Amino acid sequence: MHEMGIANSVLEKARSEVSHFPGARLLRVGVRIGEWSGVEPESLRFSFESLVAETGAPPPALDIEFCLRRNRCPLCGSIFRVEDYLITCPECGKTNTLPFSGDELQITYIDMEES
Amino acid sequence: MSRIAMEGKVLSENERVAAELRERFHHNQMFCANLISSPGSGKTSLLEGTLAGFAPEDRVAVLTGDIQTDNEARRLSGFGFPVKQITTGGACHLDARMIQRALKDWDLGALDILFIENVGNLVCPVSYDLGECHKIAVLSVTEGEDKPLKYPATFLKADLMILNKIDLLPYVRFSLDLARNNARKVHPEIEIIEVSCTTGQGFDRWRQWLEKSRANVSSLCLA
Repeated sequence: MHEMGIANSVLEKARSEVSHFPGARLLRVGVRIGEWSGVEPESLRFSFESLVAETGAPPPALDIEFCLRRNRCPLCGSIFRVEDYLITCPECGKTNTLPFSGDELQITYIDMEES
Repeated sequence: MSRIAMEGKVLSENERVAAELRERFHHNQMFCANLISSPGSGKTSLLEGTLAGFAPEDRVAVLTGDIQTDNEARRLSGFGFPVKQITTGGACHLDARMIQRALKDWDLGALDILFIENVGNLVCPVSYDLGECHKIAVLSVTEGEDKPLKYPATFLKADLMILNKIDLLPYVRFSLDLARNNARKVHPEIEIIEVSCTTGQGFDRWRQWLEKSRANVSSLCLA
């Protein structure tokens, strides 16, 4: 639902960066989206493509790196995939482990063609 | 072609404004709670019951978000405390800038508690930090017990889950235990308080939670 706003923020940040290079054209934007970020990757892609389609020029592409939910055990340090909400450490059995990844909502790179 | 590595969150502008808000809340020793739920879970009713319990001299205020109407503000404005409606005009969540704009003509030094009632939606609001001290998720017994599993981000980020409408338990198929377990599956430390806005059941615990959280904010600010 809010992916259009998110896509717009991604595009604004990317364009603002490109604007530092006069004549450069944005080719591609990389983002990192966590499984628990509340953002649906396909919906974000659809929103992004809708936004850039209106610009006329060959549209920039969106690369999405999807990050699975992982927890880290504060006792033994192991990092493991959380499936079906089971957060008990598979190595040492500690029941209370902490989120390590999965809530990312980051812009990671832009590709541009300089004139 | 050249690649530029970028650091930072997509919503960094929201985070920047939220950090400013948090700083202002701290500076004024204010406690701010952001209430998030599906439409119809009873956020406004919870706030009605909560405002009714404050004394006239208490320094409480409410910002309430809705896509289109100002119905919440009209319901909440009868208690003598400052209430302002934020109509988002289609947006499915409140963002930090909306809060900043809404607070522009309020003297935060004259407030101790600010409730923010988010737009009814369990998905989007959680992505937008509003500078609050706590997010509170409201779930009612007329919904499914699996809501915490279906919308884990909200229940993971919430420090408290209010289970509302418990007076309806005899009439609906809803297991409190299952709902509690599902919430703790997603967020083992989440606090849970069961309330009924119709009978007032559970409001004593809810008020104690508010008092405790408010006291923590004050001690943090003094530190």
